[in-house]
Amino acid sequence: MIRFDAVSKNYPNGTTAVDALSLELAEGGLTVLVGPSGCGKTTTLRMVNRMVEPSAGTVSLRGQDIREVAAPELRRGIGYVIQHAGLFPHRTILDNVATVPLLLGWGKKKARSRAAELLELVGLPATMAKRYPYQLSGGQQQRVGVARALGADPPVLLMDEPFSAVDPIVRGELQAEFLRLQKELHKTIVFVTHDIDEAIKLGDHIAVFRTGGKLAQFDTPERLLAHPADDFVADFVGQDRGIRRLSFVQASGLPLREGPVLPVTAPVADARSLGEPWVLAVDAARRPLGWAAVADLPPGGTLADATLAPLGHTFALAGDSARAALDAALLSPSRLAVGVDAQGAVAGVADAYELSAAIAGASAGVTTTGDAAGAGTGDGTGVPTSGAPDTTPGGVQDGTAAGAGAPADGEAAPEAAAPAAPAAPAGQAAPAEAAESAAPAEAVAPADPADPAAPARPAAKLTKRDAGEGGPAEQGGVGGGER
Amino acid sequence: MNDLLNQIELVGEWLTSSAQWHGDDGIPHRLAEHLTYSGLSLLFATLIGLAFGLLVGHTGRGAFAVATVANLARAIPTFGLVVLVVTLAGLSTAPVLVALVALAVPPILINTFEGVRGVDPDTRDAAKGMGMTGWEVLLKVEVPMAMPLILLGLRVAAIQVVATATVAAYPGLGGLGRYIVDGLSRNDYQLVIGGSAVVVALALVVQAVFTALRRAVVSPGLRPVVAKS
Repeated sequence: MIRFDAVSKNYPNGTTAVDALSLELAEGGLTVLVGPSGCGKTTTLRMVNRMVEPSAGTVSLRGQDIREVAAPELRRGIGYVIQHAGLFPHRTILDNVATVPLLLGWGKKKARSRAAELLELVGLPATMAKRYPYQLSGGQQQRVGVARALGADPPVLLMDEPFSAVDPIVRGELQAEFLRLQKELHKTIVFVTHDIDEAIKLGDHIAVFRTGGKLAQFDTPERLLAHPADDFVADFVGQDRGIRRLSFVQASGLPLREGPVLPVTAPVADARSLGEPWVLAVDAARRPLGWAAVADLPPGGTLADATLAPLGHTFALAGDSARAALDAALLSPSRLAVGVDAQGAVAGVADAYELSAAIAGASAGVTTTGDAAGAGTGDGTGVPTSGAPDTTPGGVQDGTAAGAGAPADGEAAPEAAAPAAPAAPAGQAAPAEAAESAAPAEAVAPADPADPAAPARPAAKLTKRDAGEGGPAEQGGVGGGER
Repeated sequence: MNDLLNQIELVGEWLTSSAQWHGDDGIPHRLAEHLTYSGLSLLFATLIGLAFGLLVGHTGRGAFAVATVANLARAIPTFGLVVLVVTLAGLSTAPVLVALVALAVPPILINTFEGVRGVDPDTRDAAKGMGMTGWEVLLKVEVPMAMPLILLGLRVAAIQVVATATVAAYPGLGGLGRYIVDGLSRNDYQLVIGGSAVVVALALVVQAVFTALRRAVVSPGLRPVVAKS
């Protein structure tokens, strides 16, 4: 879709903004260019719509060298969003959004009706249409900026730090809405930011630049966190990349046990007889109501008479990530995370140790295709093998090679997770006992083929292998057993 | 206070005498002459000032030259210039126009230039990035955004020209300056005051015209910004 071939940008004063960049961005993908200031990420973005002309190399769009198209014509076909929105203060919101359609000669009426649609699309009320930019908040202005870029429905969007000038809460909202919008629109987006969190949250692929305009790594967010190409990238993605990786592990693959769950109508005596310090009260549809501390239960009556401690939060097996599950465990008064199914009914519970053991295995499956295959060859069951080309950290230095491999890689990642995932939750009752007795140690113990918990093993075994380089979660999972 | 009342009375008398409203020395004729000098010189000055102001503001090239020329032009004494050109070129309308144009160009040029240069670089970048050609950026973005300052320059120039066009009377040309020059030479105080009053009234009318013009052509989206400056 967008291809950089040995593109450099040098300025007369001797600075090099971009140095021999080769990169291919997939159609319909959201590629984030990220890096410290002065790393050439904005220059790279601006070379796509000829706001900056390369000193060497070619940029091509859908196979055509962009220099073959007159700059204004090229730009009318590419959406452009900048940091402070750059709205035209003398035009109404509606006319701002209608800018490109008007430039294309659509006629006022058609351009304005298109603009009105776009305002709705970005979540601005129709009453805003007649206002002027100074009457809008920063977040609203930025929405208008996005709407304006979508004016003529361009296939490509260039976004230069579009959300960095608004406060963190508004930024979060804008990011979430932007992702929703992208799901609908499937634009090919190049997005520049200096914020690695934003990059990981939004990007299908991330290109990390280092000072001097060199591409340090081009990869999926998962792989970037798991396998930073070098110290610079590792440093840039930050200390807590281990925790961040959990966002890419599906909660559906986590092992849950039945746990101390009772209907709220159950007698207090039943709760005591479970022998657990906490009991989860559920309603008739098994939706969780709250935790009851067994020690504080009233002498008689039902759980409904007891004071219930709030749940903290639950996690959805379908949709939430392992990060949410682990967080739920840490926040829960009973230290047990409550997993719920699509109907909101309790599917089971797990504590942080149980979760982290499984997470370590699952995240290894997701993110370390090469390593995982090696580790699993011993038993051959449930080993996450993947069709993804081996883009080892060394290989990604070459932008072109990584670019070609990347789209396939992105698709392969969820598949790689799949073999490990269904293994874990299988039979909630059976693994429960094993897990309860000695969770962390069990998780890394040698496999016993007869053990009902065996399906969880392959994933757990990977833990061992990955532990050395892994994040805090993985270390937590192994710690109990091995050290 | 008495002085002021006396003067108002004098002006009133002068204005209402029927002699002032007829013939070559009547107010309508002198006003027409005055407006011709003013209008023509303002037209030329606007063409020069806008062209260079927009060019330099848009391209960013020659900013220093613009500032230098404009400041030099400001330093030239209008009266001296009129006398000089009359001495060199003989008695005609031209010297008066040259002097008035020289007077009117600097405020138009500088304000136009500053107005265009002052357009937020982000806005200009967005305009270009959305596919506007250079001309489109200038006409659809820079000029509308610079309009408050462009109008300010025009207004300052217009008022200066209207007031200064009285010098045309010195080398023996017409206009409202005739009353003042003739009145002074004849010690006809009423004539001086009456002529001055008409010139002042004209300046006020010019001011009002520009206020109305601003309301008509400056986008409401720009008003709050202008109110601050």
